[in-house]
Amino acid sequence: MTLLDFARGPALQWSLIILVAGIVWRVLGAILLSTRKDLSTPRRKSGLKDGMGTIASRSLPASAFEKRIRFQHITGYAWHLALFVTVLFFGPHILFFESILGFGWPNLPNGVVLFAGAIALAILIALLIRRATNPVQKLISNADDYISVIIVMLPLLTGIIAFAHIGARYETLLAIHLLSIEAMFIWFPFGKLMHTAMTFPSRFQAGTSFGRRGIKA
Amino acid sequence: MRKDQNLGEYLRAQGVSRRGFLKFCSATASLMALPPSAVAQVAEALASARRPSVIWLSFQECTGCTESLTRSHAPTVESLIFDAISLDYHHTLQAAAGEGAENARMAAMEENDGEYLLVVDGSIPTGNPGFSTIAGISNLDMLKETARGAAAVIAVGTCAAFGGIPQAFPNPTGAVSVSDIITDKPIINVSGCPPIPVVITGVLAHFLTFGTIPDLDPLGRPTAFFGQTIHDRCYRRPFYERGEFAHTFDDEGARKGWCLYELGCKGPTSYNACATLKWNEGTSFPIGSGHGCLGCSEPGFWDHGSFYKPISAGLWGPRETLLGAAAAGAALGIGSAMAARARKNKALKEAEADSS
Repeated sequence: MTLLDFARGPALQWSLIILVAGIVWRVLGAILLSTRKDLSTPRRKSGLKDGMGTIASRSLPASAFEKRIRFQHITGYAWHLALFVTVLFFGPHILFFESILGFGWPNLPNGVVLFAGAIALAILIALLIRRATNPVQKLISNADDYISVIIVMLPLLTGIIAFAHIGARYETLLAIHLLSIEAMFIWFPFGKLMHTAMTFPSRFQAGTSFGRRGIKA
Repeated sequence: MRKDQNLGEYLRAQGVSRRGFLKFCSATASLMALPPSAVAQVAEALASARRPSVIWLSFQECTGCTESLTRSHAPTVESLIFDAISLDYHHTLQAAAGEGAENARMAAMEENDGEYLLVVDGSIPTGNPGFSTIAGISNLDMLKETARGAAAVIAVGTCAAFGGIPQAFPNPTGAVSVSDIITDKPIINVSGCPPIPVVITGVLAHFLTFGTIPDLDPLGRPTAFFGQTIHDRCYRRPFYERGEFAHTFDDEGARKGWCLYELGCKGPTSYNACATLKWNEGTSFPIGSGHGCLGCSEPGFWDHGSFYKPISAGLWGPRETLLGAAAAGAALGIGSAMAARARKNKALKEAEADSS
C-alpha cells in the first residue's frame, strides 16, 4: 500500500470515525448535562428570539471593547472567510467532500482559492506569533491553543506546497496534505477546534438563559 | 541487416537520408534531455553501432507491449533502429519453436555473454512454477538463467516493471516484477500498459550511444520520459487551473475539452510521456480522446480504486461506518452525561446530609 493509498483509505476512514464519534459524544454530553431547575419567576418568556439575538450580538464586538479588539476582530473574520473559501470551494476539495457526503457544489478558480489559502495561512502565522509574544495572550494560552492553531495551519501549508509541487513528488505531497487533515480530524473533538460545533449552540443557550432573567445580551 | 553492417550503413540501404537520420538523433537527444552538443555524439555513435544482441522474454503478459512496439507506424527511423538490433529470441515473433527456439536463446547467451540486452515483458509468477512456462522452463528459472550474462535488463511494460495486472489483488499467481528477482544487474523500467514505442527505442538509442543506462527515477524509469506527470504536461491543464471540469463524459465541459480530474483522471500522479510524445505517430493520447489517464505506468495502478474516482476522493469503506461512529459517539455522550448526573446527584445528597 502506498502512502497515498493509506492516506485516502484506512487513515481517512479511522480519522473520520474518531471525528464523528468524538463530536457526537461531546455535543450530546453537553446537551444532556443536568441543569438545576430554575425556580425563579421568569422576567419574560425567552426562546428563539433571545437565543438568535445573542448569536448575532456576540458576532459583533461590544462597543466598549471595539478599539481594543479590532485586530482580533478583523483578522478573525478574515481568517474564517479565507478558510471557508479555501476548504469549501477548491474543486478537488469538493470532490473529497462529495466522496463523504454524497453531494457536491460549484467550485471557484484555483487562483482565487490559492489566494484565499495564502491569506488564511498568513493570518494564522501572524496570530500564532502574537499569541506567543503578547504578554497577556501568552499568559492565557495553554497547550490546546497552540496545538489547535498548528494543527489547522499544517493542512493549509501542506495544501499550498502540494498545489505548487514543491520539494517532493506530487503523490507524496498529496498524501502528506491528506494526513495533516486527518491529524486535524483526530484532534478536532478533543481540543478547542470543537468551538466549530459548540459556539452557536452555547451562544443560543446563553441568550435564552439571559432572556429569562431579563438581561439584554 | 547483415551482421557486418553498422547501423548507419543499414539505414542508408533502407533509404533513410542523412538529414532524416540527424533529425531522429536530434529528437532522441532532446527527448532524453541531452544538450544540443550531444546530437553529433548520438549520430556518430548510432551510425557506427553494431547490432547488439537482444533476448526478449515474455512471461505473464498480454502481448500488448510487443504489439505496441512492433505496430508503431511503419516505417519510421525508430522502427528501423528496432529492426537493426539483433533480436535473437522473442518467442512471440520468432518462427522457431520448442527446442530450436531455446537453442537460439542459449546460443545468443553464449556468443554475447556479458554484452547482450535482456528485454522482459510480463510479470513472473512465484506461486507455482507451473503457472507459466516456456518449453517446460518456469518463468522464474528462465529469467534467472538469462539475466546472468546480460549487460542490462529492460523491463518493458508495467507487468515486468512493477507486477502490473497479474499482481492486482488478490494476486493469484504470486506475480512479481523483474526487479523483485534480479538484483545484481542494471534494470531499466519502461512502464506503461503498454509503453510508448519511442520510449523503448529512446532507451535503446541511449544504450547504443553511451553504453550506459540513462538517468533513472526512484522507480527505475528513465527520467527523460518519466520525469514529469501527465498533468504537468497536459494540454487541458489551463482548464484545471480555471476550475473548469467535465462532470460527465458527454456534458458541455466534456465537449469543450475541459479538465477530466472529476472523472477520475490520474494524470496528477502518473509519470509518463503520453502528453508530449503521444501515440499513433503523435496523433493523440487518452486525455486527447476525452478519457482520463488510468495511471497505467504506475505501480499498483489496478488497485488504486476505481479509474473513475477522483484522486482527492477517499478510498474507504461504506458511509454506513460513519453512522456506526455516530451511534458509538451517541452512546458515549449519553453514558458520560448519565455518569456526570450521577456524580452531581451524589454530591448534592452528600451536601444535604452535611448541612442537616
